[in-house]
Amino acid sequence: MIDMLVVDLSRWQFAATAMYHFIFVPLTLGLSFMMAIMESVYVMTGRDIWRKATLFWGTLFGVNFAMGVATGIVMEFQFGMNWSYYSHYVGDVFGAPLAIEGLMAFFLEATFVGLFFFGWDRMSKVGHLVVTWLVAFGANFSALWILIANGWMQNPVGAKFNPDTMRMEITDFMAVIFNSVAQAKFVHTVSAGYVCGAIFVLSISALFLVKGKHVEMAKRSAVVAASFGLAAALSVVVLGDESGYVATEHQKMKVAAIEASFHTEPAPAPWTIIAFPGADGETAWSISVPWLGGLITTRSLDEELEGINELVDRAQDRIRSGMIAYEALQEIRADGTNTEARLVFEEHWQDLGYGLLLKRYRVDVENATPEEIAMAAEDTVPDVWPLFWTFRIMMGLGFFFIAFFGLWFYRASRGWIDTNKPLLWVTVFLLPTPWIAIESGWFIAEFGRQPWVVEGVLPTFYAASSLTALDLILSLSFFVLLYTVLLIIMVILMVRIVKAGPKEKLFTHTDDEDDFVITTLPVTPATKELGS
Amino acid sequence: MSSIPLDYETLRLIWWLLLGVLLIGFAIMGGRDLGVGTLLPFVARTDDERRVLLNLVGPTWEGNQVWLVLGGGAIFAAFPPLYAVSFSGFYLAMIVILLALILRPVGFKFRGKVSDTRWRATWDWALFIGGFVPSLIMGVAVGNVLLGAPFHIDDTMRIFYTGNFFQLLMPFALLAGLVSLGMIVTQGATVIAGRTEGPIAARARTYGIWAGLVTIVLFALAGVWVAALNGHVVTSVIDPNAPINPLAKTVDLVPGGWLSNYATYPWMMAAPIIAFAGLLVAVISLRGGLKLVALLGSSAGIFGIVSTAGLSIYPFFLPSSTMPNAGLTLWDASSSHLTLFIMLLATAFFLPIIVLYTGFVFRVMRGPVTSDSLGKNPNAY
Repeated sequence: MIDMLVVDLSRWQFAATAMYHFIFVPLTLGLSFMMAIMESVYVMTGRDIWRKATLFWGTLFGVNFAMGVATGIVMEFQFGMNWSYYSHYVGDVFGAPLAIEGLMAFFLEATFVGLFFFGWDRMSKVGHLVVTWLVAFGANFSALWILIANGWMQNPVGAKFNPDTMRMEITDFMAVIFNSVAQAKFVHTVSAGYVCGAIFVLSISALFLVKGKHVEMAKRSAVVAASFGLAAALSVVVLGDESGYVATEHQKMKVAAIEASFHTEPAPAPWTIIAFPGADGETAWSISVPWLGGLITTRSLDEELEGINELVDRAQDRIRSGMIAYEALQEIRADGTNTEARLVFEEHWQDLGYGLLLKRYRVDVENATPEEIAMAAEDTVPDVWPLFWTFRIMMGLGFFFIAFFGLWFYRASRGWIDTNKPLLWVTVFLLPTPWIAIESGWFIAEFGRQPWVVEGVLPTFYAASSLTALDLILSLSFFVLLYTVLLIIMVILMVRIVKAGPKEKLFTHTDDEDDFVITTLPVTPATKELGS
Repeated sequence: MSSIPLDYETLRLIWWLLLGVLLIGFAIMGGRDLGVGTLLPFVARTDDERRVLLNLVGPTWEGNQVWLVLGGGAIFAAFPPLYAVSFSGFYLAMIVILLALILRPVGFKFRGKVSDTRWRATWDWALFIGGFVPSLIMGVAVGNVLLGAPFHIDDTMRIFYTGNFFQLLMPFALLAGLVSLGMIVTQGATVIAGRTEGPIAARARTYGIWAGLVTIVLFALAGVWVAALNGHVVTSVIDPNAPINPLAKTVDLVPGGWLSNYATYPWMMAAPIIAFAGLLVAVISLRGGLKLVALLGSSAGIFGIVSTAGLSIYPFFLPSSTMPNAGLTLWDASSSHLTLFIMLLATAFFLPIIVLYTGFVFRVMRGPVTSDSLGKNPNAY
């Protein structure tokens, strides 16, 4: 029987390591592009202040990037370590985008990031600029392939179950790549990263402005961040809406849970702003905007948005069909030449995953009782209220970012960058907000997909490795402990780097013939501060 | 499936070779940095000397580590059951490797940001652990592969591993771990000797010569030991084009069976010969001060040693000690025909580009590293 403690601990470990990893990734995505923009301005105008800015943000980027690499390698290995049945069951499909991520993206990013830091005085201006752009593109291609892999978990297209190998296999790789869910999620996720980078730059620049330090660099950085951030914030909300729309097609239950819509509403459904549960767990009290829900999810006024209870009834039908598929599969496994069973399986294989939901209750799923079928159907409902609230936090922040960057953009275009102290202070304290929105987003994407690890194909509890609880307690505590210590150190180092500010005279390029005197500098500004 | 221009058998063989290329790529490229990390506290004694070593590998180590990431990704994509069994079976060993690897990026980046002596010494040891532990444990894992891992598979292809962490530390496996550590230290020493000057280079030469000699002896010892181990031999007829099913075959244990491939395919003898010759060349060139030849010799030694391990167990990837039939081979642990083909296209396109730009980055960063040269770059570690 399946050890649910091991499953739960495996989920905690994956959630913890993934959410830690995604503290660093969005900043890498956003900062790398902003550094590339600043360095481009430097190369075009030849003004040293832009090189200074690139180097300053680059120092912070480097510390963050190191944490991203440290936590990233765990992600790639964890599928096999903790989710070995998953790795077997969908590796034929899911492994490919992950491997291509390494080939196309991470190799590019990791190889050139060394030159970004060490190549300044060994390359021409343009040469180094190309390196910086390659790092930024590497990071973003990386996100593309990871989101293709994740998109397939949300909407498993282009693949079919093969009873002879007991796994999902690719039938149409183009469908996996151009999965509508993956494409919407990719742009939504990288845009969120750009927002994160923009807030980071804007917030630290605001701190400099409020303190009256490094004003020239801070002003220029703020202008770049405000414009880049405004474009990104618009994109994140538009593509978030697109993600919601495609989820309505492929993940009805997730959308119903996010909206806490327990019953199918007559079209067009209202959109609930806030709601509170009653004793039965269903909505007891709410404030709603009429029509808006139907418009967001179905983009129409006449299509219905199905409620949780109706979807549970539909899940019961699919579980029954899945039991037939499971029985046929057993017959094929016993006798590969049984063509009759293959025909039955062909008819019902799409519901095999629903049949596997019963594995939680009995081994021989083909003999499940109506009560067990009802329980398995109830299992298809994720926890409604955490999803409902995190979604509203994320969305509220998304709209707030548009307004906030809009304000900054307007003021910057008027030249009012450092004139409003209260706004600068607010900007400083907004620093953590993009992470709240981003981590909420991943929570919704992954927690909202439960009980599935691959939507409709493989239940999460059925996908874990046959490890012991002790294995997981050890690994989970080591990871959390080490990551937390490193995160604290990283934050302390970043504060020191910000306090020290940008360096004054910097290296020369190989093509700066008139400027070949190289100023010797201490290792880092932090060292200088210590004075030792 | 008729639209795929290469048959399933050929693709499986190509991917078996490609996996070897990626793992050897990591052992040679990543071995540079792991070796330098392992030698860091011994070869470099002052802060200046340590900074020379860190800045020697600093600009390129991140790219080199991607060979490992890509190796992991390629196992996942091309041989999912192998990925599933090996990573979950060796769970705690993998955790130890990961915890050690996590220390590397932060060690490089954080160390130089504060000039306090204790701070720097702490990160020096972290970087040592980050080099030493993976070098040793990866070899121990290969040793356990040759011994067979205690796992079985049920009809749904679910994997059950019945060993524990301490059972991995068998004498033969520890010997394999030392071979791995020895070859990586040799590699690190040739890198240091090649691009530094003065006392650091002199110490690196000494360490490299000794590590090379010890590796030669241990590798020979492992070869003799393998003759006494049970090798796994497939006794049923293999259909190299069949859908995967590890349980369909029968396997016999034959004492000394891991050496039988060298009788069947005499060309495979090239691998251990290259291993010994490469290491010998490395040792002699280190003594004679031929820096580039030493590095090439050491790299050839790694190529030979890793190839020897892979060829000895062919067609197996991961034999099972408790249910020999369930042992994974390249014929019954691969992805589907179509996936192998798609992945081959992607690899054939990107791998040459990767090699080109890696070469470019190494060329830009070429030349000796001295403590004087570090002052010029405020980004230096």
